[in-house]
Amino acid sequence: MWRYICKRLLEMIPTTFGVLVLSFILFYVVGGSPAQTVLGQHASQQAIAAFDAANGYDLPLFFGSQYSIDALRKGATGETELAFSLQEGDYLLPGATLVTMLHPDSGELKRLTNQTEINVPAGWQITAITGATEVLRKTRHFFDSQFLRYLKGLVQLDLGISLETKQPVTQVLAQGLLPTLSLSVPILFFGAVLGVTLGLLCAARQGGLLDRGVLAVSTLLMSINYVVWILMGQYLLGFRWPLFPIWGYESAFYLILPVLIGVAGSLGPDVRFYRAAILDEVYKPYVRTAVSKGVSPARVLFIHVLRNALIPVVTYISLSIPYLFTGSLLLESFFGIPGLGSISINAINSADMSVVRAVVIFGALIYQCVNLLTDITYGWLDPRVRFAS
Amino acid sequence: MKTASTSESTALRGPSAWQRLWSDRMTRFCIVVILVYTLAALYGECVYQYYNHGFKIPFTEITLGSLQTPPYNELHMESRYVPPLTTVTFPETSTAQGELIPARKHCYLLGSDNLGRDVLQRLVQGARIAFHVGIMTSLIAIPLGVLLGCLGGYFGGKTDSAVVWLCATVSAMPGLLFILAIAMIAGKGLFGIYLGIGLTTWVSVCRNIRAEVIKHRDRPYVHAARVLGYSPLRILFRHILPNVMHIVLISFSIRFPASVATEVFMSFLGIGVQGEPSWGIMINNARARLWQGIWWELTFVSLAIFLLVFIFNRLADALRDVFDPALRNR
Repeated sequence: MWRYICKRLLEMIPTTFGVLVLSFILFYVVGGSPAQTVLGQHASQQAIAAFDAANGYDLPLFFGSQYSIDALRKGATGETELAFSLQEGDYLLPGATLVTMLHPDSGELKRLTNQTEINVPAGWQITAITGATEVLRKTRHFFDSQFLRYLKGLVQLDLGISLETKQPVTQVLAQGLLPTLSLSVPILFFGAVLGVTLGLLCAARQGGLLDRGVLAVSTLLMSINYVVWILMGQYLLGFRWPLFPIWGYESAFYLILPVLIGVAGSLGPDVRFYRAAILDEVYKPYVRTAVSKGVSPARVLFIHVLRNALIPVVTYISLSIPYLFTGSLLLESFFGIPGLGSISINAINSADMSVVRAVVIFGALIYQCVNLLTDITYGWLDPRVRFAS
Repeated sequence: MKTASTSESTALRGPSAWQRLWSDRMTRFCIVVILVYTLAALYGECVYQYYNHGFKIPFTEITLGSLQTPPYNELHMESRYVPPLTTVTFPETSTAQGELIPARKHCYLLGSDNLGRDVLQRLVQGARIAFHVGIMTSLIAIPLGVLLGCLGGYFGGKTDSAVVWLCATVSAMPGLLFILAIAMIAGKGLFGIYLGIGLTTWVSVCRNIRAEVIKHRDRPYVHAARVLGYSPLRILFRHILPNVMHIVLISFSIRFPASVATEVFMSFLGIGVQGEPSWGIMINNARARLWQGIWWELTFVSLAIFLLVFIFNRLADALRDVFDPALRNR
């Protein structure tokens, strides 16, 4: 058993790494610096550079010994000049003919001619450069990069500051977790119970009236768009026949309508899957053996078939566990439930990338953990899994 | 089990897949409805091209069309919220160029929205966008999935590990949110939607193709091709791929409605097509007025989406029944 767990843990490493790299590529390499969105269209060059420097967006992506800073602008005479003064650090200024350094506290000035590699000591700053074609800054070490910074942030649970609420993102996520779980856990539970029951009933009389009826209805149900489900539910059960409140998060009563809609919206594909998984078992030889030795049909179905069909069923359910945490985007924002789903929707609407990024990474990591736990449970429950391969 | 032996001789083969599909009344109905939708989408595309870019007749120098507001975006403030099947007379107006447009009658078959725009015309445009999304995302996801699935399944070893790793990584990302994030980064508009949906949904195609290729890898005909000295790529794409093509067809029939549903959701959130009537945008417009009793816009859009998705789901089931012998007895 321990060997199995260790093996699964080792197998988890490459995927987790892949998830981290993929999110990094999406949000840092492709997405780039959010300086323009944060600071507005008319932010000055200095403000953008300062923002990038503060958040590490100017560092090399993966590794490198130097990175360029957007610190030059076209001067009045057509020559490039420094847009803002450079603080302490090691700089490379290719093509620079004259560099002026200033110690602002003492007012001391230093002029360096034809030097392209300059170390600015603490307290000093570069105030003017002539002739430079670009400004490069040396990294502290070879792997001093955005990627390392990103990994460090993840380990320290520091995912940045939300643009909207100005709170740390981790705090925003933590606040949203409870409302999300209070909505998504009942949906999963009732959905699974109802789905497996219907699936069993269908499989018991395959091709019968009930089977065909349930199959047709579940195809109908899964073809209705989720948006339409919510609008219909709110209109009919919240407005036409005002049985339930349609906005708010005050008591369990407020959760009934969203849970109903959530169950109805996911019932179609679920029932079809459960039915297919159970039917897969029904044609196996052990069922024929059980039937021919005279076991009652109900016993065959509930004791023999169900136990074996539980593996695909549990896999299917466990696949939706990660979504328990990220929540239902639409349900939460329509019913005013302050969970991760509505937080994500708000973040998307206000282009609050740090929150979106955090929820995506959080969801992917949860998925990894749940996968691991599911596999370990399998190994524990079913020796065939443990000793396979 | 029995198909493998019976397919040896043509006499015993029975009706072809297409004949079996067509013999079912429901499937026949599905195919006809999909054709109707396709025609509507093509008509919508013509209207769109006519009013937005002009419409060049092939092989001639003639360009039809005029750059003006297309009818589906025409505002008629005097006939807002007109219920279905109402005929109204548009008053005499003049264009910005001073041209006089005489009064004319117009029948709102499916009613009008809050700006007096024709719901039917907008529905047709919505079908156009739905087809764009369904086809473009399939064009991204299916080739990607087929290529990676084929390579992984056929070559095995390190290649396969890499493909499996990539699949596991992408499928670990939280679905809808990942799509939304990609679309946000790619920028608003249809392109973001194509990329977002396309780059996340190839995984299931890849897994199915890979499993099927693994089944074929050690079949006698593949061994024969190898003995004949064909290159691996030729064996893979000329010999094996045609035998697993049915997976592509089934995947398309599953992916298409799923993409349409996702597009509705994304346009509804305002990420997606701008300025053109997509079904998601129409739902978003209509929902606020549902409470005031303006039921037609929401109802007809919902029905249009429902019918398209339902028909494709049924067709996917039928295709699976016909092509997947393991499931045939269900």
